[in-house]
Amino acid sequence: MARIRTTVDGLVYEDDVEPRMLLVQYLRERLGKTGTVIGCDTSNCGACTVHLDGLSVKSCSVLAVQANGAEVLTIEGLERDGQLHPMQQAFHDNHALQCGYCTPGMIMQSIDLLGDNPDPSEQEIREGIEGNLCRCTGYQNIVRAVQDASSKMKPGASATQQSSAQPVAGGGA
Amino acid sequence: MTTTEQPAPEIGRDRRRKEDRRLITGRTRWTDNQALTGLLHISVVRSPFAHANIKGIDTSAAKQVPGVVAVYSAADIGADQVQLPCAWPITKDMKSPQRPALAGSRVNFAGEGVAVVVARSAAIAKDAAELVEVDYEELEPVLDMEEALKDGATLVHPEIGTNANAQWVFDSGEAGSGGSVAEALKKAESDDDQIIVRRRFRQQRLVPVFMEPRSTVVDPNSEQLTMWSSTQVPHILKTMLALTLGLPEHKIRVIAPDVGGGFGGKIAVAPEEVLTLLVARKLGKPVKWTETRSESLLTAHHGRDQVQELAMSVTKDGQITGLDVKLIADMGAYLGLVGPGVPILGAFMFNAIYKIPAYRFDCTNVFTTKTLTDAYRGAGRPEATFGIERLMDEAALELGMEPLEFREKNWIKHEEFPYTTVSTLTYDTGNYEAATEQAKQMFDYDGLRREQAERRRRGDVKQLGIGISTFTEMCGLAPSRVLGSLDYGAGGWETASIRMQPTGKAEVVVGVSPHGQGHETAFSQIVADQLGVPFDDVEILHGDTQSSYKGLDTYGSRSLAVGGIAVVKAAEKVIEKAKPIAAHMLEASEGDLEFSGGKFTVKGTDKGVGIQDIALAVFAAHDYPEGIEPDIDAHATFDPENFSFPHGTHLCAVEVDTETGFVEMYKYVCVDDVGNVINPLIVEGQVHGGLAQGIAQALYEEAAYDDQGTLLSGTLVDYTLPSAADLIHFDTANTTTASTTNPLGVKGVGEAGTIASTPAVVNSVLDAIRHLGVKDIDMPTTPYRVWTAIQSASGHAGRGDEANVASPGAGLGSTARDMPEGGNL
Amino acid sequence: MIPAQFDYVRPTTVEEAVQALRDGGDDAKLLAGGQSLLPVLRLRMADPSLIIDLGGIAELKGVREDGDSVVVGAMTSHYDVARDDTLRQHVALIQEATKTVADPQVRHRGTLGGALAHADPAGDLAAPALALDAQFVIAGPNGTRTVAAADFFEDYFTTAIGEGELLTEIRFPKYTGWGARYEKFNRVAQAWSIVAVAATVKVDGGSITDARIGLTNMAGTPVRARGVEAALVGQSATEENVRQAAQAAAEGTSPTADADAGSDYREHLARVLTGRAVLAAVG
Repeated sequence: MARIRTTVDGLVYEDDVEPRMLLVQYLRERLGKTGTVIGCDTSNCGACTVHLDGLSVKSCSVLAVQANGAEVLTIEGLERDGQLHPMQQAFHDNHALQCGYCTPGMIMQSIDLLGDNPDPSEQEIREGIEGNLCRCTGYQNIVRAVQDASSKMKPGASATQQSSAQPVAGGGA
Repeated sequence: MTTTEQPAPEIGRDRRRKEDRRLITGRTRWTDNQALTGLLHISVVRSPFAHANIKGIDTSAAKQVPGVVAVYSAADIGADQVQLPCAWPITKDMKSPQRPALAGSRVNFAGEGVAVVVARSAAIAKDAAELVEVDYEELEPVLDMEEALKDGATLVHPEIGTNANAQWVFDSGEAGSGGSVAEALKKAESDDDQIIVRRRFRQQRLVPVFMEPRSTVVDPNSEQLTMWSSTQVPHILKTMLALTLGLPEHKIRVIAPDVGGGFGGKIAVAPEEVLTLLVARKLGKPVKWTETRSESLLTAHHGRDQVQELAMSVTKDGQITGLDVKLIADMGAYLGLVGPGVPILGAFMFNAIYKIPAYRFDCTNVFTTKTLTDAYRGAGRPEATFGIERLMDEAALELGMEPLEFREKNWIKHEEFPYTTVSTLTYDTGNYEAATEQAKQMFDYDGLRREQAERRRRGDVKQLGIGISTFTEMCGLAPSRVLGSLDYGAGGWETASIRMQPTGKAEVVVGVSPHGQGHETAFSQIVADQLGVPFDDVEILHGDTQSSYKGLDTYGSRSLAVGGIAVVKAAEKVIEKAKPIAAHMLEASEGDLEFSGGKFTVKGTDKGVGIQDIALAVFAAHDYPEGIEPDIDAHATFDPENFSFPHGTHLCAVEVDTETGFVEMYKYVCVDDVGNVINPLIVEGQVHGGLAQGIAQALYEEAAYDDQGTLLSGTLVDYTLPSAADLIHFDTANTTTASTTNPLGVKGVGEAGTIASTPAVVNSVLDAIRHLGVKDIDMPTTPYRVWTAIQSASGHAGRGDEANVASPGAGLGSTARDMPEGGNL
Repeated sequence: MIPAQFDYVRPTTVEEAVQALRDGGDDAKLLAGGQSLLPVLRLRMADPSLIIDLGGIAELKGVREDGDSVVVGAMTSHYDVARDDTLRQHVALIQEATKTVADPQVRHRGTLGGALAHADPAGDLAAPALALDAQFVIAGPNGTRTVAAADFFEDYFTTAIGEGELLTEIRFPKYTGWGARYEKFNRVAQAWSIVAVAATVKVDGGSITDARIGLTNMAGTPVRARGVEAALVGQSATEENVRQAAQAAAEGTSPTADADAGSDYREHLARVLTGRAVLAAVG
């Protein structure tokens, strides 16, 4: 067992974990954060994407022990005071999900993408989410949603963009 | 609440989905999210061999692992005695081998379960599963469908004496719906004014790859045994569990919570569902099974996998005179829930939108030692559509006709509807000319043809190809009497109930079971219009057999065209039941009432009462007419009279890199007629997703086996799904001819994109390089296959040393073999 | 799926890591970014008893100039390599190739050293490292040693890193002002390279004065296309000249045959892609 201390969606957790425990398992099984899901075992599908210290990662390919001392942001930490993150809103507005299983990872990756490139072209969006598989939408409305969010998250358009890269500091309350 | 204004109709609005909020915030209830106190986890020990006798199983080491509760072989829990159901015996003499929940004495495909470990965590269960020692005696695998049918072939199931499952034949001459194809072809052979076009096409094996891996949780300790399962078919599953295991059906509750995609892949009674139940009952504890992706690719049912031998006779001026279809379909090792019937659905679709005077369909299903095949998006109809739409191109080519012109010459004209086809279906409505004309304009068909000619003239490295698919499909499965005539084990009706709450809200319970389609939204729109209540006042309940006690679930583009109509019928009953109460409240006679916009009014007056107020009145029940019950709730079952027949014209342009063989999507336009549209946003989304899957069959996906019967595409590294970067923007549009087979005039859209797109893409690939001498390329049209075809056409024989093996590089291909032990990072 | 049990240590210096390797013996495995290792562990294709996580060793991260070289710490992520200004200026080829590795999430975690030490023949970074004549600094019980790229890659998944050793730095000579292109050929965006070509070219007055070309997945190790390099030097950078020179690309290769490609196809792709890569590098 290894002792880890992590901040997840703004709350600090300390736990003993088996070294083999994957970050996604830790989130789901220990913290009850089942919003982050597992879709494959080879890091292809991206359904388990979360932010680790501000960068998107596939939480199935990170050990929980590797997140010791780190800040993790999951799909469950995006909403603030009942307000959806602009990317969540854009996915809803643009019908960018059907079964919704890839959606948490897709949203987390899309937010990361805009962090690096606030005004991506269609091709840049497509390449930016190439590590996330969706079987329902053919991606078209996902691309549309990211474009929509991009226009709404442009500097000046909204203050919520910062929430993308940084977990809530100090306690999530 | 009563107003005099008519609310704007909900049907046709692009309502954002009610389902979304929980899905975009991560508050979803996937089956694997279930965490019950005392929950145990199972891991299935699976055969690495395709065909082998089980000589012995040693579970002793596995049982020693701390945290392991039990290790069972098949006999320990009676799993070898189970006969998993096949609901579609397509012929009276169909051969149906026993399909156990765990193999007892012989495994028949690589991945079949032979033992199960139960432990306090999934990780421990897996640890122990690796310690189960199974002594196998390898048998010859059976891998090639055609070889399997030959005399002396190794038998998958020696006890049934053959590898042939069944042969199913339709002959329009015998059915009286057309002439004899044998005669038509014979005549064409000796007729200088006719040609016969013969082609052989291969439908590769595919995997549905729903994004949510399957999961099942069974709690045996409530009044009813409760099973949560990631399934498309909770109602069928419940009944089948009762029939299969001899359990009293009223003691079983099945819940399909949020289900992460299905595409036909979750129409099943899976061995693992039964196994989880058997273990839970044996131990008296709740038990969970959640598959890994590699387990899913290996063992969840596959789709397609056919050899098609087609012959079409056609006059030199382009009139089809006969179509002969001979199929061999791979069932895999066992029969799935509806597996044998899947290719048979194609029998009604090979004639497609064309007027064909003589037609024969002859399909032989075969057993092999591979994962079984069953429904995958489109189920039988993509195979048929591919066959006919490829053949239409080939015939046009031989005739020297423009492929669209050849199609137009043979298709049913809009003024000819309703039209009874050679395969006995009656198409109610359609307008192929309108859809095609709009598609051509959106596509700039003529402009792209010019560009193609220009590139060809210049000898560009990247050649342009244009592919066409003018398709129709039968959906809205299905009229029960038709299913009866096809020996299907159930009907095709659907149910809905409406429960009016005292506060005027409506709970609508449906028998269809969504997994991404947006039923909660679309059905709310229907109910809102029918009852005249606000969209937000409607709640759609589904997927739990305790609330939704009767239904036939979701597949075959039936949810709207059948389930949605049941909702309409239930709403009509609500209004019917409310009418005498309204009359009583308004002190008027029923005959003087009319219902509109959620309100009964007395004709010619402004007196009225709303349906929501009536709901409160019957709840109080202080004052209602004598002789009727104080209740306006209603339940309805709708059995369709006919299928519905969406159609459309799909046009695809690809660029083929003639140096590398790489195919790149260039432009895709489709104009679909899906009848009246309830929610255009949802319809468009369904088309997009369908296109992606159909395009992926053409270009990317294949479940390949090596010569030992080992699945090569056992992870998502090897089973290549397209990402956003591989696909393009699709231009979609609709034309509308309302269906006359149901009161909403709807047709169904869930499978259209998949059915139509595959041949459009392959036709475009061939169109790009046919001038180089290429005649055909098997799917998926990989760069290697395209390049090889170009090489062969130009007389360059390849070295031909490609091997049916995973790449030694490419990440996981051979890491097992070659990963160094120490040292490396 | 969940990996089998293992013990875990997280050293904070190279010395501690070397010590951990010594203590762990044959069954120890180094964890860098984990983007290849974790899937392998999850599929239980490997079951090391000890995982030594290099993520805590600060000295293994970062890019710095050192005279005529640019030095990249083995634990520098693909993400950091891809956006580093020094590399952009002096070693553009490794950056071009790095941008094609896997996907953004994997590039956030995966490392240059980890990918090179993994030595997957279809991996995208070995061929550019070979083309660039990179030097590999390896630490072990007896201190550090430096291995040239030509000697580093030994076979499929096998490098010159010995037992008890770890890769600490990759040193690239400067190719300031050279054009660069990594021409990757795969079936879908997520797939590994069937063949890829790493080319960096120096052009002066319309003539190619120097060229370095490495091939991905044309053998168990990356292969240097020296015949093409020689044929290019002194040529004016025309399409015809480049394509002519590229005809030598498959010389000395021994490509594998699998479901995605026969060996003849790989050889053909090497020639076609080499031409394209060089033309793109010429700009």
